[in-house]
Amino acid sequence: MNFIKLLLPLVVLANFSIAKEEIEYVDSGVDPDLWITIPAGDFNYGQHNHVKTTVEYEIMATHVTNQQYAAFLNAAIEQKAVYVKNDTVWGFHPGDPFDGYLHEFEIPAGDYPLIPIKNPGLRLKYVNGKFTAKKGYENHPMVEVSWFGANAYAQFYGYRLPLEIEWEKAARGTDVRPFPWGDHIEKNRANFISSHNLFEKMFGDVVKTTPVGFYNGETHNGYQTLDNRSPYGLYDMAGNVKQWVGDDHKDVHYRYIRGGNYNSYELYLRVWMRDSAGPEHSSMSLGFRCARDPVVEIEIAPADSITTE
Amino acid sequence: MKKISQLYHYFFQSTKGLILLAMTAISVITAVWGTLSGPMVEWGVRDITVRLTGMDLIAVERSGRIIMLYHVIAMIVVAIEVYMMTSIIPMRKHQQSTINATITFGWITAMVFGLAFGYFGHNFFYHGLFLVGQSLIFFAGLLLATAIFPWRREYLVTNNEYAHTKKGYDLERIAFFLMTAAMLISAGFGAVTGSFWSNGHETFLAEDLIREPSKTALQKSIIGHLHIMLTLIAISITLIVGRWMDWKGKLHKIGMPLMMIGIVVISGGVWSVVWTKMAHTFIYVGSIFVMLSALMLVIYAWAKLIRDRIAELGIEKPTFFQKLKALLHDPIKFGPFWQMVFMNFTVSGVGIFMAIKLDEIFRVWPAREERVALTGHWHILSAIVATIIIMYYVDISGMKGKTRKWFGWTLIIGSDIAFAAATIFSMKRLFVTEYYERPLVNITMLATDFGLGAILVIVAGLLGWRLIDLFKKDDALWTKEVIDPELDINPTAELTQAGRDKIRAQMESEGL
Repeated sequence: MNFIKLLLPLVVLANFSIAKEEIEYVDSGVDPDLWITIPAGDFNYGQHNHVKTTVEYEIMATHVTNQQYAAFLNAAIEQKAVYVKNDTVWGFHPGDPFDGYLHEFEIPAGDYPLIPIKNPGLRLKYVNGKFTAKKGYENHPMVEVSWFGANAYAQFYGYRLPLEIEWEKAARGTDVRPFPWGDHIEKNRANFISSHNLFEKMFGDVVKTTPVGFYNGETHNGYQTLDNRSPYGLYDMAGNVKQWVGDDHKDVHYRYIRGGNYNSYELYLRVWMRDSAGPEHSSMSLGFRCARDPVVEIEIAPADSITTE
Repeated sequence: MKKISQLYHYFFQSTKGLILLAMTAISVITAVWGTLSGPMVEWGVRDITVRLTGMDLIAVERSGRIIMLYHVIAMIVVAIEVYMMTSIIPMRKHQQSTINATITFGWITAMVFGLAFGYFGHNFFYHGLFLVGQSLIFFAGLLLATAIFPWRREYLVTNNEYAHTKKGYDLERIAFFLMTAAMLISAGFGAVTGSFWSNGHETFLAEDLIREPSKTALQKSIIGHLHIMLTLIAISITLIVGRWMDWKGKLHKIGMPLMMIGIVVISGGVWSVVWTKMAHTFIYVGSIFVMLSALMLVIYAWAKLIRDRIAELGIEKPTFFQKLKALLHDPIKFGPFWQMVFMNFTVSGVGIFMAIKLDEIFRVWPAREERVALTGHWHILSAIVATIIIMYYVDISGMKGKTRKWFGWTLIIGSDIAFAAATIFSMKRLFVTEYYERPLVNITMLATDFGLGAILVIVAGLLGWRLIDLFKKDDALWTKEVIDPELDINPTAELTQAGRDKIRAQMESEGL
């Protein structure tokens, strides 16, 4: 305890920071409602290129944005799918199977925190019962969202979080590249620790995220970016903020996290790198995107063409 | 030609020269390879290194490269410890020569071809020779175990101040032997499993497995291997500096049995990790024994430093402050034992805290934060071992006066600032949320860089001094070291000391 007390002066110093409540809006030109179809087939999974197979699925081209998440919260509160209590948004989770494994913690059915409203890292405002994105952050990725919060968003719209295998295929394509765009990384290719992007220059260290699709080869406010799209056309599959994926891992119930963030060294941006945390964890460098099964269009024959014997 | 011959003799046949050669190799590797990560990347230094050296840094091969790099460095550290052991533990001269020659050829081969394979292209000729180098080091270990086999009558303790059995067998020698045997088995633990299951083709870093709920036997073996190897390297340097201080008396008699039990229990615990869930219990129990033994050494060493200095000053009834001043008089001799104490805050303390709080805190944190804390604490332990080796070497080199004091205090303060800052950085989530972390991160990173930078500068100074010395025509230090190539031998077996003196006299008569 004495050791911790000794650190108090440092903590006080460390807590001195200036929040950026509002920033300039920068349009990346990329539509956050864009979905990409990933075809069924084999691909090389992981560092050691083990061949795995997926069926066809669709995945969002970008992270879910603050604006999209605010719209979800307002709709979900109205429909009583989620509720606000004690400065936290809560939602129901049906629970995870419990096996009694060493260090396994139980997640029974119940209400779990989706987002902490008062957390300064959250880029949403909650005024008069309505959520809105803070000015300038509308098209930045939604952060400070727990796995429950990400899952609740996906479920509300009939989507789901991508499985790890789906996430990696969408990031890597079918070859053995280490980064979504190819073999090498440049400072202006993605938002990571070496990039010192436009937002750090404009607003300082506190604003570290970039708008979704920012690294698209265009010049934004004088900052020339390189295109970081994956072979299938997904943006920011490496850097900006990390992403929850959907799998529940038996015996531990951690939820896995992919993609690296603005604070990551380049090694963490390689497509197979994996992070994890408890599902209630939230962070200002962690967001998500959704996946969905493709809509199967069934051709229904006109009634008058059906004949009976 | 005579000078070249003398230099060859110095660097490849004298203990002091061999240690200098190995330390230089580690320093050069650290200086060059240290530019490939961290802030050096952001500053563009890595690109320059890669361009100048022709390194081939393929992103997918990073784990393999790192594995090669730290095996190379660890092999050289082990070699330094072996050089010290063959000098301070009584053994026959031809045994010392054979062991030193074998391990020297081994680490140089492993270093050259290991780094070539990892960083300059995949030629399996390189990898094969890397394995040859490692095998030679292992073989040197077998020779060492044979040479220091403690149950021989010629090595019976003749001075009752040193720990021994009723029959007179030297407990310190037994502790060295157990450590060597445990290290050989632990090396095999890594090598055999690595070869059998993965055949060197699918690499992984242990720190990337921390959240795998069900680890394979291979993964458990490798995790055990790296932990026990580092632990035994730390135990080895503890025993070595114990001899440097001429550890004896009651505390030696208490400390040695504790160390012996600790080595056996902790090693057994680590090896059992593949088969039993009780492994950590064994490891904790073994650690307590080892740490208590180290505590006996620290108490002995500090008391000796105070006693010797007070006697030197001729003070009959010293005050507390005079004693304190006496303790801090020589940072080079105070430092190794202070580092052992400091280790409890930055390594053992962190490890125990993490084990206790595993479910409460670390399960909720992102794995990457846990990874930083884990890799941080074993990097710090490695660096503490390195600082102790450096201090011992400075003493061997005979550095004196103000230079010795400046060097010693810079090393202690610089390293401790760096280690403390790295520990706070790795545990930052206990004190500060992510949103407010930036000032703390900046301060701790700066302090770490400052501390490590200070160490690098003084070590460069030390090596520069020794480099200049090689070109001196008169009164060169290295020529004196050729004449007096050995460290102070373990005085527990006086007959062997006499034998060593005879060899020295013979060398002097031959003009070497």
